[in-house]
Amino acid sequence: MTDLTKLTLAEARDGLAKGEYTSVELTEAHLKSMEAHRNLNAYITETPEKAIEMAKASDAKRAKGEAGKMEGLPIAVKDLFCTEGVQTTAASHILEGFKPEYESTVTSKLFENGAVMLGKANLDEFAMGSSNTSSYYGNAINPWKGKDGKDLVPGGSSGGSAAAVAANMALAATGTDTGGSIRQPASYCGIVGLKPTYGRCSRWGIVAFASSLDQAGPMTKTVRDAAIMLGSMAGHDAKDSTSAPMAVPDFEAALTGDIRGMKIGIPKEYRVDGMPEEISKLWDDGVAMLRDAGAEVVDVTLPHTKYALGTYYIVAPAEASSNLARYDGLRYGQRVMDEGDSLDDMYMKSRAAGFGKEVQRRIMIGTYVLSAGYYDAYYNKALKVRRRIYEDFANAFGTVDTILAPTAPSAAFAIGENEGDPVKMYLNDVFTVPASLAGLPGLSLPTGLSSEGLPLGLQLIGKPFDEETVLRVGGVLESAANFTAKPSGLEG
Amino acid sequence: MSSLDKETVRRIAYLSRINVSEEGLSELAGDLTRILDFVEELQEVDVEGCEPLTSVADLTLPLRKDEVTDGNIQQKVLSNAPMTDAGCFVVPKVVE
Repeated sequence: MTDLTKLTLAEARDGLAKGEYTSVELTEAHLKSMEAHRNLNAYITETPEKAIEMAKASDAKRAKGEAGKMEGLPIAVKDLFCTEGVQTTAASHILEGFKPEYESTVTSKLFENGAVMLGKANLDEFAMGSSNTSSYYGNAINPWKGKDGKDLVPGGSSGGSAAAVAANMALAATGTDTGGSIRQPASYCGIVGLKPTYGRCSRWGIVAFASSLDQAGPMTKTVRDAAIMLGSMAGHDAKDSTSAPMAVPDFEAALTGDIRGMKIGIPKEYRVDGMPEEISKLWDDGVAMLRDAGAEVVDVTLPHTKYALGTYYIVAPAEASSNLARYDGLRYGQRVMDEGDSLDDMYMKSRAAGFGKEVQRRIMIGTYVLSAGYYDAYYNKALKVRRRIYEDFANAFGTVDTILAPTAPSAAFAIGENEGDPVKMYLNDVFTVPASLAGLPGLSLPTGLSSEGLPLGLQLIGKPFDEETVLRVGGVLESAANFTAKPSGLEG
Repeated sequence: MSSLDKETVRRIAYLSRINVSEEGLSELAGDLTRILDFVEELQEVDVEGCEPLTSVADLTLPLRKDEVTDGNIQQKVLSNAPMTDAGCFVVPKVVE
């Protein structure tokens, strides 16, 4: 029998439909792979019993002719999605042991469509990071290795999700993206990651980081897989007032392979000073592939690009400081207090012990920029610049169908690199943050290798609610790039 | 513009309700100053006549009828609390 963990989501779906194997077999194969690759620390919580139970129920459902769109397909769930009765930590100590009494909308939809949960994937604490090194439960490790064999970061914040998919420990995974947290780890691990339009997927039941930016999306092996999975995650939800009351299209049908006459924008501001030669080349190669497929390549300008990171690192911490005020040591989560402590003492001790360094930094920056006397100079100013960035994209999309750019300024870096200076770590998000601020869909897919033999991704940014164009162009780019390399750290 | 001193950081830490040690305050003053320097470049952007963008969701927030749609889940609400008593959350004494 073929190795079931090497299948794509689409192949497994079709194989299950043909009765070539059962969901239980598929699930067991993945559980075995999870055991074999525990060194990658891709999961915070494995749920093998629940997985087998769900797989059995799925096989029974299929036997009755009631197969859903994700029927029997085992996936990893980022540990930021609340899962009923299963520990949900957001990779923070403060939520250790927290077992939600409810299921997030996105995971509910996936499970209704038949998906099987293998476990909860590792991430940066509260999704704040670009390296998965801020998790209280240890670093997740990239299955790819550089020439010196050092452990590399899988990217972040959805690093465990990306590592799990790249190492065949899940057919696919859910991720969330606030400033690049789906796309950047997808690029670092050589997989596909799609951040949908803000409002496409419900945020209900996802541990909140920055509510005006957070968006759930699929992390998969192929563009087709992303289209399939997004179809089961998306849709209006009355419980999230910013979720869009729009019909969910058949995303897979968008993969026609035909992009003739489409206009692809190339933003000159993304060609930043000091961009590594291999990233420039990757981008140029991508442009050539799309041109060869019959698309028209057009230069566009996004003049406020250089202000996106600064804007993001005001807006996101401001929202985080407000969202994370809920961790008060009273209703859920860790409580630290000593005899005779006041309410304030308890808050301050619980939060100091429960939050890691980066989370504390961001809460404090957010608190500062929202505090009396600084609100206008920082927060309000950032919101105005955010509108300028939004308008840049709106103008560009007046002439082009989608925009092509690199996903990240480098390949995956070694664990420990970029630590010690928060700002240096933030620079990883330079190409992903602008689309986040504008709420636009972005798809990252691997199209080449670095000189070290590590995967590099390109991203396609689309118009609001036009994931279909992004997927269509992504499908063509994927075929042209023919990226077949596999992680070097995973022999056997 | 802004170099944060220890006293300012102490105030922010209190507003954030996070206990920070004396050494921690100095380290944070450095980190937070670095971040504020980094975002300083926003000041050069001309935003004359520009409305703040608070949400990219092009929606009017929906209203629903003001009616009870949920409830009777006391056990669920309390199930993750660090300390409960007689169906209530327990907090440190707040009134003398």
